[in-house]
Parts: sequence; structure tokens; C-alpha cells
Amino acid sequence: MTDRQPKILISKLGLDGHDRGAKLVAHALREAGFDVVFLGIRHTVPEVVDAAISEDVDYAGLSFLAGDHMTLVPKVLRELDDRGAGGVRLIVGGIILKEQVPELLSMGVRKVFLPGTPLKVIEEFIREDAKQ
Amino acid sequence: MSDLKNIRTASERWENTVLKKQLERAPELRDSFATPSGIPVKRLYTPLDLEGSEYASDLGFPGEFPYTRGVYPTMYRGRPWTMRMYAGYGTAEDTNKRFRYLLAEGMRGLSIAFDLPTQLGYDSDDPLSEGAVGRVGVAVDTLADMETVFDGIPLDEVSTSMTINAPATVLLAMYIVLAGKQGVPAAKLSGTTQNDILKEFVARGTYIFPPKPSMQLGMDIVEYCSRHLPKWNTMSITGYHIREAGADAVQELAFTIANAIAYIEAARTRGLDVDDFASRLSYSLGCHRDLFEEVAKFRAARRLFARVMKERFDAKKAESYLFRTFSGSCGSTLVAQQPLNNTVRIALHALMGALGGHQAIHTASWDEGHALPSEEASKLALRTQQILATETGLCSTIDPLAGSYYVESLTNEIEKRAADYLRKIDEQGGMLAAIENGYIGGEIQRSSLRQQQALESGETVVVGVNGYVEEDEQGYDEQYLHIDQAIDEKQARKLAEVRASRSPADVAAALENLAGAIDRGENLMPPTIDAVRCYASIGEICAVMRDKWGEYRDTSIR
Repeated sequence: MTDRQPKILISKLGLDGHDRGAKLVAHALREAGFDVVFLGIRHTVPEVVDAAISEDVDYAGLSFLAGDHMTLVPKVLRELDDRGAGGVRLIVGGIILKEQVPELLSMGVRKVFLPGTPLKVIEEFIREDAKQ
Repeated sequence: MSDLKNIRTASERWENTVLKKQLERAPELRDSFATPSGIPVKRLYTPLDLEGSEYASDLGFPGEFPYTRGVYPTMYRGRPWTMRMYAGYGTAEDTNKRFRYLLAEGMRGLSIAFDLPTQLGYDSDDPLSEGAVGRVGVAVDTLADMETVFDGIPLDEVSTSMTINAPATVLLAMYIVLAGKQGVPAAKLSGTTQNDILKEFVARGTYIFPPKPSMQLGMDIVEYCSRHLPKWNTMSITGYHIREAGADAVQELAFTIANAIAYIEAARTRGLDVDDFASRLSYSLGCHRDLFEEVAKFRAARRLFARVMKERFDAKKAESYLFRTFSGSCGSTLVAQQPLNNTVRIALHALMGALGGHQAIHTASWDEGHALPSEEASKLALRTQQILATETGLCSTIDPLAGSYYVESLTNEIEKRAADYLRKIDEQGGMLAAIENGYIGGEIQRSSLRQQQALESGETVVVGVNGYVEEDEQGYDEQYLHIDQAIDEKQARKLAEVRASRSPADVAAALENLAGAIDRGENLMPPTIDAVRCYASIGEICAVMRDKWGEYRDTSIR
């Protein structure tokens, strides 16, 4: 990866509006010195991918609560690939069952953060992962 | 007050002798204690903390101004609270089955959860609905789905609360038409439409239209019901979601009452008399972690609201003063780790609700940190309330924590702090302005961050999260409710069948009539009722409104 501070897009896909977690993560990463683009709620897959490309981010962090992640995550990965942005690393977090984690990782998700993850852990993960 | 003087002298003596000696021997766990809202908590409360309070004017008697002790004269001695379990998932058939099960187990009131496409006015076959059909609630596209949800449930025997906001007119219209088909006149219907759009803009995010037309729609329900559904609670002004978005207890209370003020002012602008509709407004607050702060919040809410109704609105009818509440376990207090511990938390939530004098209580289920509740978990949550109501003596007397020096002092402090917020909101030109200028969202965000920092620093300890953590805890994945991923297709098929069997001409005419009513600025309930009667879908009806009003998009980055 580049020498610059990692640039991260934080957003919510689909119709769910519970954005408390997404806002906290965005705030914490910004405080930690990362370059954060906060897109807010209710975005479609193409909108998120458009933003990831136009903002030239290293990571896209998507927050889920409403049980639609298994449908939407593969679409994001495919769209990123199709548009030549497969290098954007996808991180997902929120209400996700433990048993779904291996499947998400095998699809190509870089990391899954489950409920109760301290913000510092997310911050440290990105700092370390960005070196690779 | 020689009594207070004596207490003060005795208190000083105690501090300088017994207490001082103990503190020298063993310091306390912290230098200072505070509630989660940041209200300092003293070591001990005595009558000195209630100096200046007057029993008659600050507490009074239940069923009388200022209603601190309770909204009704006999409270749970006459009838326990309504045990209202929030339920709804999958298809209308799934939800009907769950409702019948809960009714058979002794539930008194229904509370429907709708899926996100329904809450946002999209049909199940809309591309935007993909992955969300039936996930967080039941999918309702047309009247046909409502017919199935309530199959075998007589609408004059239950009260139904609907968590529906932006398209509340559409769902209420369906309920009215469905009642008619069952032979139940609208005037006999009892229940609640949440219909509180302001908190969607600051907390829950489930808005469709811009604030102004959204308020108009909300008011259409208030106005229509004041004429045709006298028993219907037209709005459930909800602090719960504001709390869940990160607000503390004081903010939750203040912003809920500020929203109520905005609605009451809007209804008066329509020419309605405050006493014609205020008694049909109901309220909903959350039960969070701190037992005493929550109970004090509920008591302060009743008193502050009554004072607002008197001083601001000069309400005449006693019913207009009642802050009738539905409370529920705050979902954010449920923990995904060691999930069975949530049963204990939920019992405490119900206890807070009952000690707080609520009219209806929802208890969450232990598995909700992960998924929608399973049938078993949902039953356990209902049984929790039944145990509290029958086995603990909670229903034998009214407002049993009254007179506790601590609870009364906290009640006073919360009311004072919430009233300060109301003044700040007034200074900005009211709640709508304070929402639009970002003040409310900013306050909630600040509080949310503070709570997260307290959790991460260990100042707040939550069992299973940052205390008593088990590294290899048992998994319960197989016990969680799993929604059939094929539901999108199933529901889309049902919608296609309904579309094929209805009269396209009737639907087109009804939608055109609705569009005309919007242009003419009329109340939209009558044309919406006509539209749902001929099986126009929620997506079609909301498309007409989207076309006229546009959609709201929150682009602010906080």
C-alpha cells in the first residue's frame, strides 16, 4: 500500500437507518488520523462503489444491522471488481452471526467486526493491515 | 423547619465522625459517582435534598396534576400494564402464526414490526427492497397481506400498535378497511400508529419525504382520527429511538417532549383544539441500564409534560395532560456475548417500566443481540412480565419508589435538565429548526461518543463486553431465528397475484384521485383508504407522494 494515511469510506447500504455504530467508527478513525469519507445511510451498491472510486479510498467499511448483508456484500465485491476497483479492501461490521464470518471472508471481505469490538481494535487492524 | 435543621446538624456530625473514620480506613471505589446521563450521585440522600419541594404541587396524587405519581387513580390495582410484545417477521402468514401464539399465551395487545421496504414505501418486488423483504418485520405490500396478518383475530377485541411512520397513512388505511371487512366500525378500533416522523430525521433514519409534507401526513392522521377513530392513539411520540441513537436519559426525555410540542403546535395550526386531539397522543420511552435514573425519568416525564400542557397550551381536559407511555427494553443494552445474560437485563427493564408506571410494556428477547426473537425466546420475555405482574407485589400499590430521597431528588434534577433543553430549543425557533440546524443530531452524537468512550475506558462495565469476558463462549447460532432467504421471491409472487386479480382501472382512478387531493392540499386519509380498498400497493401509493413531494436526503456529515 501507499505511504499516505489510509483513506476509508464508511457507509450503510440498503434501507436500514441505524447509523450509531457507523458514526462512531467514522469518528474514531478520523480521530486516529485516518482520512475518512462518511457517506451516511441508505445507499445502493452502485452509489457506494462510485464513491469508493471517485474518492480513491483504500478501504470501504460497511455497517449492517438488518440481516441484508449476505445479499448485499457479494454485490459490492462484484461491482468493485467489475469496475476495476478490486483493490479496495472491504471491511464489514455490525449484527452478523459468527457462523457467517467464514463465508464472508471467503467471498473476499478483508475483515469482519462483530458486536462489542472496541474502536481501538478496528483502528489497530487498519493500521497494521495497511502495511501489507 | 427545625426538622431540617436537626437533620443538617446530624448529617454533619455523621460526616465528621463515623464516615470520616471509615473513609480513612477504606476509600470508596471511585472518587465520584454519576448516572449515565452525567448527573452526580451522592453517597447518601436525605430530606435535605428535597428542600424546596412541595408534596402537593410536585407529587400530588395519581390521576391528578402534575401526574408524577401516575396517570390513573388506581394504576395497576385496577389493571396491570398491557403486555405488548413487538413482533413481526417474514411473510404475513409467519406473523399471523406468531400473533396467534402470543395471544394464546396471554398477550393483551399486538405490536407489529414491519420490514424496511414497507416502512419506506417500497413494494417487495422493488429492486431497492432486495435482501430486506421480511427481515426486520413483516412485509406488507397490499391489503391482502394485512388480511393474512390478522386472519382469525377480531379487530374489536385487540388493540394494535403499528411501528410505522413515513407511510403511516397507508397502513392505517389498510387497518380501517380490514376492520370494515370484519364488520368492525372504525369508531371501535383501538391501537396506535407510531406516526412520529420528527424522530426519524434525528434518530431512526426511516424517513421518505421532506420534513414539511411529512408533518402534513402525520397531521392528516391526527385530524382524521379525531373525527372518525376516537379510540385510536394517533401518534406514539417516541424517545426510544432517540435514546438508541445515542442520547442520554435527559436528552431522550427533552427531545421527546420537544417533538410533542412541535406536533401539538402543528395540529393547532390546522385549527384543531388542543383538547380535541392531545388525549390521543401517546408516548414511548426506553428502559436502559440504570434502574433509578430510568424510573426517575419516567416520573419526571409525566410531570414535565403536564406542566407544558398547562403553561404552554392551556389544556382544559384532564385527558390532555396524560403522558401515557409504552416502554420497551433498549435493544442496545442487550449484549451479543453470553446472550443468556440478557434474560436478567430484560427482567430489569420490565421492572423499571412497572416501577415507572407505564401503560404498556414490551420486553425484548435474550437472542435479540443477534437476530429477531425466536418463538421460545419471545415467550420467555412475555413470561418475565407475567412473573413480575403476579408474583412480586408490584401491582399492589402505586408508584412505590415515591418518597425515596434519591429517586425524588433525581426526578427533580432530570426534570430541571430537560426543561433547560426545552428552553434552548425554543431559543432556536422550535424543534423543527433545531433538527434542521443540526443541533439535536449533534447533541445525540456527542452523547453517543461519550458513552462509547466510557465503555472503552472501563468507566462503564458491561458483563460479557468489557467485564467477565469468556474467551471461548458457547455459541447459540442454531437457536436463533433464521429468516428464509427465499422470502423476497415468495412475497414478490404474492404481490404479482394480487396485481393480476384486482381492477387496474379502479387502481389507476384511486391513485389519480390521491394525486389530486395532494394538489388540492386535502387530508389524504380518505383517498388513501379508497386506494388500499382496491388493492393499490404501498409502493404505488407512496410513488404518487414521492412524485409530488420528492424525497428527503440527509447529506450532513456529523
